[in-house]
Amino acid sequence: MNSIITYLQYPFARYALIVGVLVALCASLLGVTLVLKRFSFIGDGLSHVAFGAIAVASVVQLGLTTLSHTAFFQKVSFLGNGLSAFAELMKNTNNMVIVLPLTVLAAILLLRTGQNTRIKGDAAIAMISVSALAGGYILMALFSTSSNLAGDVCSTLFGSQSILTLGISDVVFCAVLSVISAGLFVLFYNRIFAVTFDENFSKAVGTKTSAVNLLIAVMIALIIVLAMSLVGSLLVSALIIFPALSAMRVAKSFRSVTVVSVILAGFSALFGVLLSILLSTPVGATIVMVELLVFFIMSIAGRFHALSF
Amino acid sequence: MELEKQEMNENRSAGTEKKEKRPAELSCRDLTLGYDGKELVSHLSCTVRKGDYLCIIGENGAGKSTLMRTILGLQKPMSGSVVYENGLTSQLIGYLPQQTEVQRDFPASVREIVLSGFQAQLKKSFFYSREMKAAAEENMRIMGIEHLARESFSTLSGGQKQRVLLARAISASRRMLLLDEPVAGLDPAATADLYSLIERLNREGTTIVMISHDLAAAVEYASHILYVGKELFFGTAEEYHRNWLGRRHNPGDEKTRPYVRRPHPM
Repeated sequence: MNSIITYLQYPFARYALIVGVLVALCASLLGVTLVLKRFSFIGDGLSHVAFGAIAVASVVQLGLTTLSHTAFFQKVSFLGNGLSAFAELMKNTNNMVIVLPLTVLAAILLLRTGQNTRIKGDAAIAMISVSALAGGYILMALFSTSSNLAGDVCSTLFGSQSILTLGISDVVFCAVLSVISAGLFVLFYNRIFAVTFDENFSKAVGTKTSAVNLLIAVMIALIIVLAMSLVGSLLVSALIIFPALSAMRVAKSFRSVTVVSVILAGFSALFGVLLSILLSTPVGATIVMVELLVFFIMSIAGRFHALSF
Repeated sequence: MELEKQEMNENRSAGTEKKEKRPAELSCRDLTLGYDGKELVSHLSCTVRKGDYLCIIGENGAGKSTLMRTILGLQKPMSGSVVYENGLTSQLIGYLPQQTEVQRDFPASVREIVLSGFQAQLKKSFFYSREMKAAAEENMRIMGIEHLARESFSTLSGGQKQRVLLARAISASRRMLLLDEPVAGLDPAATADLYSLIERLNREGTTIVMISHDLAAAVEYASHILYVGKELFFGTAEEYHRNWLGRRHNPGDEKTRPYVRRPHPM
């Protein structure tokens, strides 16, 4: 207990807690929709695409920096300055300027593919996501400037060994994305529920279901990019799906499931981050293990009591 | 209601004169339905008028659900058109679809589902108004499910589920309801129950278009019958009973009989 208090006196520990909880809260919002709309495959595929996007982004960043130093761009100084400024921007935002749009684009494409019954949707998505993984790994292997390639890949797949390296800019970026995705969710809550529960009915009475589906896909992309920095691309789905599955064990209405899953996600993230600080375990994996534990507890609790509000 | 295509039109034009004064709400004009180039229903024409109770009957796979999905604009006809008349729009049609796999263990309360019937009326706003919430309570009361408001949909009986979906449908609109096999899988008591609820809505002015497997009930409750199959029939229930059913059910024709009549569960 004392060591936790000691740690919390350092800003990096507080940042880690804030980011961890924010990310988990947002990730849990769309869990029910993802599980019930059979969109889980999109979540999984997207996280792999995001891995590829990160590799592409680091290569682009490297290329831009090198390019801006070449003789040509040194002469045409405004172009050279522009390039190095963009490279700098990418560095400062953790390459998000490239990763975010690429992932959103992939989300839209995957949604289209998933709805197309002619092509086997699942197979197509598996193909895209595995290719993104393989391509990303090759790019990282070819162009990596770091001496520790295995470490880089590992932290992209499973999250950083610790998130204690976060700066204030990461916290701000994370808070902004969280507010955007939570705000969108609250505003479109009724439509998201309606389309998740019965898309045919929604379409029949004139709701623009394709627009709502697009919104869901874009929000999933936002959340995945957000959560990847915390738990890595392989564990992202856990952060989205676990809280919803746990909440569905004890809660019986859509609203109560949503509220309960947000609360569970917040607690899991809080305990996960604290545990990982105390035990020096990887943050992402620790949070996922806590969520698994919560799931078992909720499964048992669900046998005795059901919530609906 | 009138038949625009077949020769029956002439036979019964005298008898239907009176009813045709009610305004038409929905017309199918020379519809041909199907998919992948395979025709299911060819050259279907019919008109639904305000206050009608139309039963669509026909064998499995004959295209009944396809027809309903086409009327709702969920899929395009191969040729022909569906015309909404007299100011009818898709927002003014309540729909009771067949239940889907997803809904079986979906965590949603009865109140949430009934309220979602108002989604089309949200227009540009994001949240349901106080009036909509009050109307949802009223619709639950009409369907006799107000005591289930907080229950989870997945734990209800088949009959209760259908009433919830019917309450959602009338939340969407009381002007016209499209019901896709509302009594499928229900026990006789629940079936009778649902029929009387639907009949009550019809008496209070709601136009009903219903797909049914229950021929006896169709003839008993419906004002009009549309038989979908290789042959088409469209006319009043009485005409169907008198002319068409008899013709199809002559002894040598036993195998082509689309339905075995069973006593109506009342």
